[in-house]
Amino acid sequence: MTIWQAVDWQAFRLTAQLAFLVSAILLLLGLPLACWIAFSRWRWKFLVEAVVALPIVLPPTVLGFYVLVALGSQSPLGRFWIAHTGHTLAFTFTGLVIGSILYSLPFAVQPFAASFAAIDRKLIDASATLGASPLRTFFRVIVPLSIPGLVTGIVLTFAHTMGEFGVVLMVGGNIPGVTRTVSIDIYDQVQASNYAAANETALLLLIFCFAVLALVYGLNRRPNRIVET
Amino acid sequence: MTTILTVQLRKRLGRTSGGFSLEVEFNAAPGITILFGPSGAGKTSILDCVAGLLSPDSGRITIGGRVLFDASMGIDLPASKRQVGYVFQDLALFPHLTVWENVEYGLSHLLPRQRRERCATILDAFRVAGLGRRKINEVSGGERQRVALARTLVTDPTVLLLDEPLSALDASTKAKIISDLRSWNAAHQIPILYVTHSREEVFALGERVIALDAGRILAQGTPHEVLDAPRQETVAQLAGFENIFDATVESTNPDRGTMTCRLHAAQGDRPVQLETPLIRAEIGSRLRVGIYAGDILLAIVPPIGLSARNVIAGTIVSLERRDMVVSARVNCGVEMEVHLTLAARDALELSSGKQVWLVIKTHSCRLMQR
Repeated sequence: MTIWQAVDWQAFRLTAQLAFLVSAILLLLGLPLACWIAFSRWRWKFLVEAVVALPIVLPPTVLGFYVLVALGSQSPLGRFWIAHTGHTLAFTFTGLVIGSILYSLPFAVQPFAASFAAIDRKLIDASATLGASPLRTFFRVIVPLSIPGLVTGIVLTFAHTMGEFGVVLMVGGNIPGVTRTVSIDIYDQVQASNYAAANETALLLLIFCFAVLALVYGLNRRPNRIVET
Repeated sequence: MTTILTVQLRKRLGRTSGGFSLEVEFNAAPGITILFGPSGAGKTSILDCVAGLLSPDSGRITIGGRVLFDASMGIDLPASKRQVGYVFQDLALFPHLTVWENVEYGLSHLLPRQRRERCATILDAFRVAGLGRRKINEVSGGERQRVALARTLVTDPTVLLLDEPLSALDASTKAKIISDLRSWNAAHQIPILYVTHSREEVFALGERVIALDAGRILAQGTPHEVLDAPRQETVAQLAGFENIFDATVESTNPDRGTMTCRLHAAQGDRPVQLETPLIRAEIGSRLRVGIYAGDILLAIVPPIGLSARNVIAGTIVSLERRDMVVSARVNCGVEMEVHLTLAARDALELSSGKQVWLVIKTHSCRLMQR
């Protein structure tokens, strides 16, 4: 008997696809949001920070329920989507991506914002007095000096999405090849008392996640070049 | 063409009760103008306002006629559009870039070839040409100051702001960097605001000094005029002197660093002359002398062989015990208060009407503007 025979490779590929896509989108969405959180002086900023952090404490089923409602045919977003594509967002891969983005938002934004806020303000001031626009300062000074925080945020997002369960189940259901992710597959196998298959899949997920995290933390291990003045 | 920097601003600093308001107005011509004062006087805040990193509550800042800030017109150019060069106290060099990349940072609007030429020229002028490929943490403290100056000056700023840029350096490194800066400015002729709290630096650099304290300008002029002028003492400080006299400058001894002042005595009393430290004051000008009661010695025979320059005869008017201190009032043309210990009073057998001599060191005479 060869190992990994019982593994649902389709679910595995789907999960990896989802995690890559969500990480990429959160990198794009998270950077400006984190930048705003780190540098804005708006007095009600803490409310936005609290909203961003909500998915950390909220049960995935609660988040999943609201996402499902928001994507459903009764909501403005759901109607808009149906009018333009002809089908509903719920129980699709796209719906799954949207739910996962919300679910993993704090895992990207918080490390981003923390590393932005840790940058010496004088470097940002110096960049401005040298004639650099805010955008140039962002890409030439803020981002390069935040690489460890950015990597941490993306890795956490990726790992978090790889292993998510509740939101997927609520928003996506269990459609093979469309919304059936690895964690759902494992749950299914266990429900069917198919422990050998569950074990193989779970072990593979464990090894994969560990390998990704070890690789990233290993590459990131070199202390960031910090100048002592 | 001369570019003059004009600054007139008002800014409330610090939200809590510990804050104070910055209120200054001055012009700076091409050359070095020093902002001198204790830490917390508002020196760096002035630089931040000129650079556009801090917005004044009101006022107007212009350079060579170009308005950088004008509260009444609603103009507040962002820092990136001001062309104001700023070298920060901690330099703020970019740690992730090399020396060359740091210097090149402000030249993104130029073609690559022009960038290369400008960088090479300025690195050469500040004697760090060989360091281009090094990371910032691989060069020494003095070299970093040079790189920071080069990075700012390569952008051809219209004003240069220096916030204690050389405070961490030894004197000889400092002198070399200053001479390089001077030769650069001989060609470019821009106003340079140089913040320091070191008296030595003021005399080493200064063409012009603006002395600041608690957000206000106390005096401006040459280093000699400003630092040696009678200080404007606050009421609180005046209150600390038991003896305060109006006085007139009678003569000055520049070679000895002293001058003679006549204290204004009551009608009919003999005039009292004091030798005081030399300050910049005209003969005949009036000022104020403060002497702490505890700084005056009292003798019951004419003292000889003393280093103190002022020995004045008088008689004790009254003796009064205050806790463990005896306060003697002595009439020597003016009435002076002298503080003694109980033991000294008893050993000298002091009593009212007794003839005594007061001994006052030159530097115990503190001079103030009237």
